[in-house]
Amino acid sequence: MTTVRAFLIELGKTLKLLARNRVAFFGLIVLVTLIFLSYIGPLIWPAETKSNLAAIYQGPSWQHPLGTDFQGQDNLRQVIHGGRVILEIAFITGILTTLIAVTLGSLSAFLGGAFDSVMTELINVWLTIPQFPLLAILATMLKVSDVWLLAIILALLDWPGLARQVRAQVLSLKQRDYVEAAITLDLGTPHIIFREIMPNMMSYIAISLIFAMTGAIYQQTGLVFLGLVPLSGANWGVMLSLAYNRGAIYTVDALGNVLAPVGAIALLQLSLVWLARGLEEVFNPRLRTSV
Amino acid sequence: MPTPIITLKHVSRTFRVKRHLIKAVDDVSLSIGEGEIVCLVGESGCGKTTTGKMIAGLLAPSAGTIEFCDQAINQMARAAFRKYRLGVQMVHQDPYASLNPTQTIYDIIAAPLRHHKFTRAGADTRARARELLTLVDMTPPDDFLDKFPHQLSGGQRQRVSIARALTVNPSFIVADEAVSMVDVSIRIGLLNLLTRFRDQLGMSFLFITHDLALAKFFAWEGRIGVMYLGRLVELAPARDLIARPQHPYTQVLLSALPEADPQVTRNKPRIELRSMDVPSLMRLPTGCAFHPRCSKFIGNVCERVVPELTAAHGAHVACHLIKPGP
Repeated sequence: MTTVRAFLIELGKTLKLLARNRVAFFGLIVLVTLIFLSYIGPLIWPAETKSNLAAIYQGPSWQHPLGTDFQGQDNLRQVIHGGRVILEIAFITGILTTLIAVTLGSLSAFLGGAFDSVMTELINVWLTIPQFPLLAILATMLKVSDVWLLAIILALLDWPGLARQVRAQVLSLKQRDYVEAAITLDLGTPHIIFREIMPNMMSYIAISLIFAMTGAIYQQTGLVFLGLVPLSGANWGVMLSLAYNRGAIYTVDALGNVLAPVGAIALLQLSLVWLARGLEEVFNPRLRTSV
Repeated sequence: MPTPIITLKHVSRTFRVKRHLIKAVDDVSLSIGEGEIVCLVGESGCGKTTTGKMIAGLLAPSAGTIEFCDQAINQMARAAFRKYRLGVQMVHQDPYASLNPTQTIYDIIAAPLRHHKFTRAGADTRARARELLTLVDMTPPDDFLDKFPHQLSGGQRQRVSIARALTVNPSFIVADEAVSMVDVSIRIGLLNLLTRFRDQLGMSFLFITHDLALAKFFAWEGRIGVMYLGRLVELAPARDLIARPQHPYTQVLLSALPEADPQVTRNKPRIELRSMDVPSLMRLPTGCAFHPRCSKFIGNVCERVVPELTAAHGAHVACHLIKPGP
């Protein structure tokens, strides 16, 4: 019970700090709204199964706030149904990428020697490979239809850049005077890693996590749009791809069909970027304007 | 002579920079007793900080041994090493870099107290933290405990850094330029604080500074060691070293020391150096490292033979001109 209470208190403090930065708090609200819409929305508004030929490519109206698509289905409803997969892939990829990068990057900086040399070379080689073409080839070869498989592939491609930055940060942080003081005070390696070094990188890691997420969103919708990942299920990328292939971009009335998924992707990205701005303040006490 | 706490026996430390071997510290022998203050002075790059870090166990010597209470620290059993580890603490130069910016003052002080079980409950820890802050003249302590380092001034941070070193009840403190980054007006206060710990708690100090005036003030009761390019060139009780400097380098340092009275400073006899350039550590001069600059250079022997640190007139001096004596 006490741990739950302590956690809630910490969460409250963090939210309070976040609320100080209006932009970040707005980003958080938009993000939470998108998550709710994507997870609870489909329960309230079930997916349309039939096409409605009488209502193809309609502009916005009270009945269809974002218009309709080539089958006469409501765009807003499709946006609501298509968010879940995108969000899941973004979160899983972001967390996996960060985990791999932080683990390998800090190990490399801590162990040094041969491990560090091999790691640095691996990262350098990895970074020179053009990412998206490789991703496209991998996606076609592996016939990705599972969220987890796609997330793992994306994470495996995305970690080197962040790992290199984490390595550089740890190399610099482990030379600091307060780390030396912790050594002479015999506080132990776990204390030095988790209390002295990591907290100084948290804002950086959190922001990198968010950028890994935005990267994953682009890559995933890009793959779907190019048709390299099976067009199954509802997904903003699928919506965009279908709109494009069915010629929606040639009809003014179909504008809603193209703009709805694009707007949804942009809004999700924007909310993440806004949130990232405030996280810096949460983790870095020096940036808090008044305490 | 009080019982020695830290003894350096022919300690050297070399660093490898690209293909060059750099002798940062070369054959330094020194013994510091209980409750004693020793100041190391010298120009930047003379190896004084490296010596301090070796004593604090942050760097291993490349040659020679360092002993803590007559036991070589690299051969200690686990329990003895732990005792040494906590017994010797360091106060860093830069108070802006020596405190973790993500921790509150309480976090910084409580971590060693809890980790080594000096205090048990949370309230106990807080009480001890308050006590320690009071000890370093940060009163009332509750005004400071929940602040972050960036909310304190340089002098206050340095006090926190001293309080942190005191958490584990050390018997020896290495103060590496501990007051050079704080305002001149609060230097004396900090130095008096350290002197008080020596008097009350019997702590010993190795005080590292580039400022001979500070060394003179702080080590008045103790000894001053002068380092030049990695070697100890003169080691003497502070009063003797100031009154009768024997090594030519010490004489130059003292003659360059500005006095508060400009009239006195202007009329001081200046010693002319043969060269104003400090030789590079990568290409150390042969023989006595000071010979290219020494005003009392006597030729051959200075260029060829490295002078040993020998007892002379109540001090230890490394110079061919000085005749060994009582």
